[in-house]
Amino acid sequence: MARAFTPKVVTANALLEGDVVYLTARRTWSRSHAEALLLTDEAEAAVRLLEASAQRDRVVGAYLADARPGPNGPEPIHFREVFRTRGPSNYPHGKQEATLAHV
Amino acid sequence: MYDYSDFDEAFVRRRADEFRAQVGRRIDGSLTEDEFRPLRLMNGLYLQLHAYMLRVAIPYGTLSSRQLRGLATIAERWDKGYGHFTTRQNIQFNWPRLIDVPDMIDALADVHMHAIQTSGNTIRNVTADHFAGAAADEIEDPRPIAELIRQWSSDHPEFQFLPRKFKIGITGATADRAVTRAHDIGLRMVRDEAGAPGFEVIVGGGLGRTPLVGKVIRAYLPKDDLLPYLEAIVSVYNLWGRRDNKFKARIKITVFENGIEAMREAVEAEFEQRRPKFADISAEVLAEIEHRFPKPLLTPQGEDGLAAAKTADTALRSFVDTNVTPHRVPGYGIVTVSLKAHGATPGDATSDQMRAMADLADEFSQGEIRVSHEQNLILPHVRLADLPAVHARLKAHGLATANVGLLSDIIACPGMDYCALATARSIPIAQGLATHFRDLGLEQEIGALKIKISGCINACGHHHVGHIGILGLDRAGVENYQITLGGDATENAAIGDKVGPGFAYDEVIPAIERLLRAYLALRLSVSEPFIEAFRRLGAEPFRAALYPDQAQTDAA
Ligand code: SF4
Repeated sequence: MARAFTPKVVTANALLEGDVVYLTARRTWSRSHAEALLLTDEAEAAVRLLEASAQRDRVVGAYLADARPGPNGPEPIHFREVFRTRGPSNYPHGKQEATLAHV
Repeated sequence: MYDYSDFDEAFVRRRADEFRAQVGRRIDGSLTEDEFRPLRLMNGLYLQLHAYMLRVAIPYGTLSSRQLRGLATIAERWDKGYGHFTTRQNIQFNWPRLIDVPDMIDALADVHMHAIQTSGNTIRNVTADHFAGAAADEIEDPRPIAELIRQWSSDHPEFQFLPRKFKIGITGATADRAVTRAHDIGLRMVRDEAGAPGFEVIVGGGLGRTPLVGKVIRAYLPKDDLLPYLEAIVSVYNLWGRRDNKFKARIKITVFENGIEAMREAVEAEFEQRRPKFADISAEVLAEIEHRFPKPLLTPQGEDGLAAAKTADTALRSFVDTNVTPHRVPGYGIVTVSLKAHGATPGDATSDQMRAMADLADEFSQGEIRVSHEQNLILPHVRLADLPAVHARLKAHGLATANVGLLSDIIACPGMDYCALATARSIPIAQGLATHFRDLGLEQEIGALKIKISGCINACGHHHVGHIGILGLDRAGVENYQITLGGDATENAAIGDKVGPGFAYDEVIPAIERLLRAYLALRLSVSEPFIEAFRRLGAEPFRAALYPDQAQTDAA
């Protein structure tokens, strides 16, 4: 039996300020993990990643990160991805201080 | 203070202009990230977890007040009003926007600073004893030599694509405050029989994945032979170093795999070849550099009332006893200003604090500031009589924490709060330890202790050479911390040993508390520091304290 595919989101850093961004269903980039497109199909995830990587004037270092559905949208699984949705723990900087906006 | 030459100025300006053009081409899409990445790294610009990060070299850890003010302005104008001082005597800005970086680099050039060779497989910023030129135990100020090395290695055509990055550390003192034994090349000033200063050359030290203490390749090298000898080492490494495997590419592995004897033979042969090319050049250039490095003229002083002031003010007394080191000139002291206020992020200083330090340096310390690899700032030449005034001013800026060399004077790398390579966080562990032991009131009681924390195996937090080392790892998607004991960063360099399984994030502070309570119970007297008790007793009693459940099982 094939190994079950863990759903993914496409994430990257915005080219201009480096902030963490997520690919949405509308193929735009959002600063909010909850607005990410949750990819449950492995082949589709691979295609979306390729598309995202091609947007080289918008984002840097796109990759697929494990995620799961949540009440308000996709949620990160690994602690590194959780930190990326917030910012550092020593100051209220990064996303935790920013208001949500689209790239 | 070294005074930039026209050549330095022109070089830095040219690189700044080039980089501005490259950033422009990246933003308009004509450069891909694959093309741009090596260019930005050559200029110290990283992409981290949440943002870009600009790493700026502070050569041999020396800053003028003007430079520190320049850094304060950059932090305020283009970052979030603070900078992070690192174990490599660099400063990092954690939040620059790509578009602003060329302006930041121009602002750096205005104060004769840059971010060149803070990344990539080149010879990196040369680090030095942060007490250089001030320490009482010093043969000579090693910074002119460090500057000579900087000039020689900057843009050196043969060494821009080494198998891996290359770090040189230097000290002119007996006590090794520059961790020379953990560098690719470590230089310790020694005298020959006739009393002439030269260097003991140590090669192949390094922390990271394979921590190794460096080996002596030359017991005594005359100063004039330094550049050809360094060049010989780097060129042998350039040929022998393994480019096939990133994890085996550092010179420590080259030395380890080939043996120090074979390495020495090859280096000496290469040295003979290269030496004539340098003939008198190094001596001439060094003389020129020394000329640009005027020594502050300090005359011996009395202490004028310091003793009385200490009696009257207990905070001043503990500050002086803990943070002030003897100076080579009687009546002066070296003041270490802790960037480790309890609960603060180790190594961070706000723009306001940087400016306060710059003002203090101008008024009380010959306009000079040092940055230590232990992530503190130093006022190197302060009259003892001025200490009460300096202390009062530091206090007003949250800079008077009297904890240098104590438990809360922790080295911590940025870890997973910033670093893209991290496997776990380091900063909150450091913050938690500092406040926990302060609240317990045990910090003074425990006394001298070096805790060092890294957020991954790369060991930027020097955990291997901490008396207590803490390494953050990712164990199956959970932060996990491995503790090592018995490391030493001094002239008695030693790599700490792992004593058992790692701890979850919440278990680290209780584990360290058990360990240190065991130490308090076991030490012979208050004058036996943790590291000495550890050496006397071995790991066993400390392991038992760290793993009490296991000890009970073993006893059953
Ligand atoms: S030790 Fe690892 S986590 Fe810490 S700064 Fe270095 S690379 Fe980053």
